[in-house]
Amino acid sequence: MTSWLTPRQLRLLNRTCWMLALSIVAIPFVFPFLWMLSSGFKSAAEMFGSPSIVPREWQWQNFIEVFTYQPFARQYFNSLYISLTVTLLTLVIASLAGYALARLRFAGASLVGLFLVSALMVPEEVTIIPNFFLMKRFGFIDSHWPLILLPVFGPHGIVATFLMRQYFLALPKELEEAGRMDGLSRFGVWWRVALPMSRPALAAVAIITFLHSWNLFLEPLIFVSSLEKFTLPLALSNFTDPYGVPLWHLQLAATSLAVVPILIVYLIAQRQIIESFALSGVKG
Amino acid sequence: MEGKPATSPKSGPTARDDRAPWLTLKMREAMEAWLFISPTIAGFLIFFAGPLIAVIGYSLTEWNLLSQQVTYVGLANYRDALFANADFWHVARNSAIFALGLVPLNMMLALMLALGLSRRFPGVIIFRTVFFAPVVTSAAAWAIVWKFLLQGEAGFVNQMLAGIGIAGPNWLRDPDWAMVAVILTRVIKMVGLNMILYIAALQAIPRDYEAAARLEGASDWQIFRAITWPLLGPTTLVIMVITTIGSFKVFDHIYLMTGGGPENGTLVLAFYIYEQGFKFFNVGYASALAMIMFAIVMALTVVQLLLRRKDT
Repeated sequence: MTSWLTPRQLRLLNRTCWMLALSIVAIPFVFPFLWMLSSGFKSAAEMFGSPSIVPREWQWQNFIEVFTYQPFARQYFNSLYISLTVTLLTLVIASLAGYALARLRFAGASLVGLFLVSALMVPEEVTIIPNFFLMKRFGFIDSHWPLILLPVFGPHGIVATFLMRQYFLALPKELEEAGRMDGLSRFGVWWRVALPMSRPALAAVAIITFLHSWNLFLEPLIFVSSLEKFTLPLALSNFTDPYGVPLWHLQLAATSLAVVPILIVYLIAQRQIIESFALSGVKG
Repeated sequence: MEGKPATSPKSGPTARDDRAPWLTLKMREAMEAWLFISPTIAGFLIFFAGPLIAVIGYSLTEWNLLSQQVTYVGLANYRDALFANADFWHVARNSAIFALGLVPLNMMLALMLALGLSRRFPGVIIFRTVFFAPVVTSAAAWAIVWKFLLQGEAGFVNQMLAGIGIAGPNWLRDPDWAMVAVILTRVIKMVGLNMILYIAALQAIPRDYEAAARLEGASDWQIFRAITWPLLGPTTLVIMVITTIGSFKVFDHIYLMTGGGPENGTLVLAFYIYEQGFKFFNVGYASALAMIMFAIVMALTVVQLLLRRKDT
């Protein structure tokens, strides 16, 4: 019935239809980002009612007002330094534990592994109430300590531990044994031999850990109350008038400032980032 | 042993360490292992095991933070939740609707996208990047932008709908539509994750299977039914359980888009725990709710393990 098309043309047509279908599905994935950016440049009056992606007047002052409305620079910095700290601590602690589980023989190893896995089945919400009282006893309420300690030692840190363990298991043992022969201590072997060979796994753990911490919402909401201690997700939700009505032009400008750097890094390193998530698999 | 050079310190179970001669190598290795793993163990005990035991204890008490009184009440909190308090079943129903709406939609879309994007063609990377982008975006940012797009009459989505002659609902203020809105926007946010898990699984299927089936004259659909879908079975199972558990944990998305409203129409379990524990300070009751959530997640995990065992 399609004899008037050569197989080659048919394949081309087929492909074009596919692309078109995918492009239509892609709209709700891409559009929110574009609209967020464009609305961040609009005035409060132009927010609604002008369905144009290009602002009538570019309101650069939105991006200045964001910083005067609340201590946004400070909040941005908080997110940055907390996420970096969490990432660094997770890398060290998870790779130490992962190394022990993969390479060292000790009584109770399988039991330890089993206990740690069990933590993966328990949502953070289940233990958040006792953790609140624990942090209160430590005097850590309205501080950044809970936002660092809970992700590092919570289920997320354990996922990281097992990712590292899997990777170490797949490494050839010979190099580490050679390191031992040369007089390196166990710690030295881990630091000088095993870790340098594990860059891909360390990168994957770093990526998912950083994003996990950067996007954390429930913990900051519960543990932090003063404005200058807010992290970004909490700060974004706070651009409202005294009645709680969102000041959309500021909120969207601030959201753009929070999202765009992450998106740029994502676009540059998308392959690596997507693979990291595929590797960690069990995240959600 | 005589006549032979000293045995290498690495061999034999009773070989001694030259630095600490009173230790056997085996003991030394175990000590090093515990040292390496001790930060993780300490954190596990302090921030997970302890709190898990504590939450069981809390759930058996009536503990109001405002009056600072703690009384043992046995299973009364569970009884309240399960039999006395209509709120709980309303919340459970919302969580079930959320899961039943989100999980199939998410998985179907993820599978369809993966099938379309598992082969190489020009532009495939761009599409993968696009569909995955919301996953790396914070739920807060995503919820804020969608809340903006879904504003009543003046919201962008409704303006577009009006353009083609449809009067859109006030998405987030209408009790019937708010749930639909949070489910759809959540699917868009998270589907990329399942998509890449499916792509990985699809790429692991040997190409010969399909080629052989094609030689036999099988259609695309027959190949999918008879080869692809069965081979994706284990992945589908894992994705289903992860996505279901994730849907029971959803909090930030709903907190920011609807605040649990309107008329508690989107009040789900994780939100209810937060509200009871940290807004109304009913610590005992909130802990019982947390235990119920724990039970649900455990049950789902056990079901997964059983199904997997049957599979292999």
